[in-house]
Amino acid sequence: MSSVKIKLNQKEVDKLREVCASFNNEPDELINVLHKAQEIFGYLPAEVQEVIAEELNVAVAKVYGVVTFYSFFTMIPKGKHPISVCTGTACYVRGAEKVLDEFKRRLNVEVGETTPDGKHSLSCLRCVGACGLAPVVLVGEKVYGRVSPDGVAEILAEYEV
Amino acid sequence: MEFVNLTIDNKSVKVEKGTSILEAARSVGVEIPTLCHMKLDDVNIENKPGGCRICVVEVDGRRNLAPSCCTKADADMVVKTNTMRVLNSRRTVLELILSDHPADCLICAKSGNCELQDMAHKLGVREIHFKGEQSTYKEDFSPSIIRDLNKCIMCRRCETMCNEVQTVGTLHAVNRGFMAVVAPAFEMDLEKSTCTYCGQCVAVCPTGALTEVDHTNEIVRALADPKKKVVVQTAPAVRAALGEEFGLEPGTLVTGQMAAALRRLGFDYVFDTDFSADLTIMEEGTELLGRLGKHLAGDKDVKLPILTSCCPGWVNFFEKQFPDMLDIPSTARSPQQMFGAIAKTYFADKIETKREDMVVVSVMPCLAKKYECQREEFATDGNPDVDYSISTRELAQLIQRANIDFNTLPNEDFDHPMGESTGAAVIFGTTGGVIEAAARTAYEVHTKKKLEKVDFEELRGMEGIRSATIDFDGLPINIGIAHGLGNARKLLEDVQAGKSEFHAIEVMACPGGCIGGGGQPLHHGDSSVLKARQLALYKEDKNKPIRKSHENPYIAKLYEEFLGAPLSEKAHHLLHTHYFDKKKDIEIE
Repeated sequence: MSSVKIKLNQKEVDKLREVCASFNNEPDELINVLHKAQEIFGYLPAEVQEVIAEELNVAVAKVYGVVTFYSFFTMIPKGKHPISVCTGTACYVRGAEKVLDEFKRRLNVEVGETTPDGKHSLSCLRCVGACGLAPVVLVGEKVYGRVSPDGVAEILAEYEV
Repeated sequence: MEFVNLTIDNKSVKVEKGTSILEAARSVGVEIPTLCHMKLDDVNIENKPGGCRICVVEVDGRRNLAPSCCTKADADMVVKTNTMRVLNSRRTVLELILSDHPADCLICAKSGNCELQDMAHKLGVREIHFKGEQSTYKEDFSPSIIRDLNKCIMCRRCETMCNEVQTVGTLHAVNRGFMAVVAPAFEMDLEKSTCTYCGQCVAVCPTGALTEVDHTNEIVRALADPKKKVVVQTAPAVRAALGEEFGLEPGTLVTGQMAAALRRLGFDYVFDTDFSADLTIMEEGTELLGRLGKHLAGDKDVKLPILTSCCPGWVNFFEKQFPDMLDIPSTARSPQQMFGAIAKTYFADKIETKREDMVVVSVMPCLAKKYECQREEFATDGNPDVDYSISTRELAQLIQRANIDFNTLPNEDFDHPMGESTGAAVIFGTTGGVIEAAARTAYEVHTKKKLEKVDFEELRGMEGIRSATIDFDGLPINIGIAHGLGNARKLLEDVQAGKSEFHAIEVMACPGGCIGGGGQPLHHGDSSVLKARQLALYKEDKNKPIRKSHENPYIAKLYEEFLGAPLSEKAHHLLHTHYFDKKKDIEIE
């Protein structure tokens, strides 16, 4: 096996096996198992997919095929401080895209990716119900309103330690 | 059985309920063009993902065109397969497929044998009206197979072969939309995956997306080198299929013309893998009788059933998927490797040639053989026993390139000593053949009686899993046969669970055995081709003066002059091998 393998937490793996068992290790339950697995691990790394393949007795390639088909499933762990830029209508017309571009530029990641140090992941969402504050950015649970591209550096600075 | 009546292109059709429009149309001679659809009746394989949409037809009363491969024929349906709307749609669909396909037909390995190219011709595509994004995947090279995903049209035939037929589970559709592609898990390279190199994906790929690694240039170079003695061996199944590449009917035996062509290509010695197939029977048969004898004597440690080990796709399969059962298969090397080992020792001595100055080439119906001959354990000081393995298709290419008019060649014989073989060796190329050959020899060795009926009809056929009990003069021997790795898996799982009643099991990775190998001329979905090749091999067997491996005089001489006896120390060293746990080498990144 490749040396870059991540080590899974044994307790979580046991839990995953229990999940598979709760679906009678039925190959047809693959999508349900993947949903639960993503709840446990936050994402679906190759190692998790291997365990699922083994438990349900299906090819890993098939598991990977399903994971990559549905956009809900992700193989990339969320960052420690996940950044979500609202691109709903109100935020969009008030310049959310420029804000998003600035995050991409500063973090050097695309939407759906995580910085190599694992600190930030970048995603888009549609309307958090704070249109009066548009454009809105969420970092973790914290809401930032009226964000301009110039303000991006300031937000990121809060998470520099 | 319930039937429905419908009309297709003004012809009335009566078919069983549940039949697709495509099949209903075919039953009355209406050929609807298809790309993704594939049906191999004799081996019970069907691929119909309804993905390519080339087979659309108009059905009265329906707003949309229907894909005929996966729309069931219904009572009173009125179907039209060639209206202007249908023809325009088909062409648009094909243009869209071609808009993301490299336009390198002139130099593509599949040129002239490509279903996509044929379809573009058939539908009269002269211009591609759509300009869009182009896929830019890098090619994936493995020892046997090349994947060029830029040429993949997502027909998913390879996926059907790899998963449903072979149960190898390497290739699967991944990603979605424009990014969708057929790939191993985590898009790893084939070489690191569970792939067995059986080549069944290559055998059914309608485009140049999956092709074999081409070794023809290496052969040309070796033949042109005056310092090299170039020795060639040809597998049994090649002679029953090579003619197809030159327009001959499937099932035409071209043994003599093939030998003539090889001589004209410049090979110094034209030999036959059938020779080493006879040798395999001596070793594997003796091993079987040895294990059987111990078993009957009550030895609890002896492992039965013994599994054949001639097929490198099968060897890769159990090394990667059943690493706990490496002591079950016979230790006998495959005929290809036995040939190489004997050629570079016994024969090299005879012609006073150094190992380094000899090049051994094999012509195989198989792509896994390319990987097999590169295995480290089959080399001495880095010099491989078999230098290059080429497919039946590559041999045809070499013959064409050298402007040899194959069809006017005279019949010629193989050279001696390694060109002499028996009928038992010829049938190695079909499912059931190896075990029949083994039975002929094992019977006579065990009973010390002459086998009156040489043909074991009960071992022949095309069923995926077969079994028979052979009477060894009062001792019943239970034989199992599987072809296609999915069938092999079933028998192997029984062995694993301790439920197997067999004494010996023959396994061939490809449907039909080597006659349906991944290196054979493409059958393009016509499985009757495999049957024709099978019959050809049984015919050749019948016509041979000697039909039992142990009666091959040159094999007897080889033991007398060089090896001593089957399973002797020298035989062990040169003709046997051991297996490795390769499951742990499967890498994820």
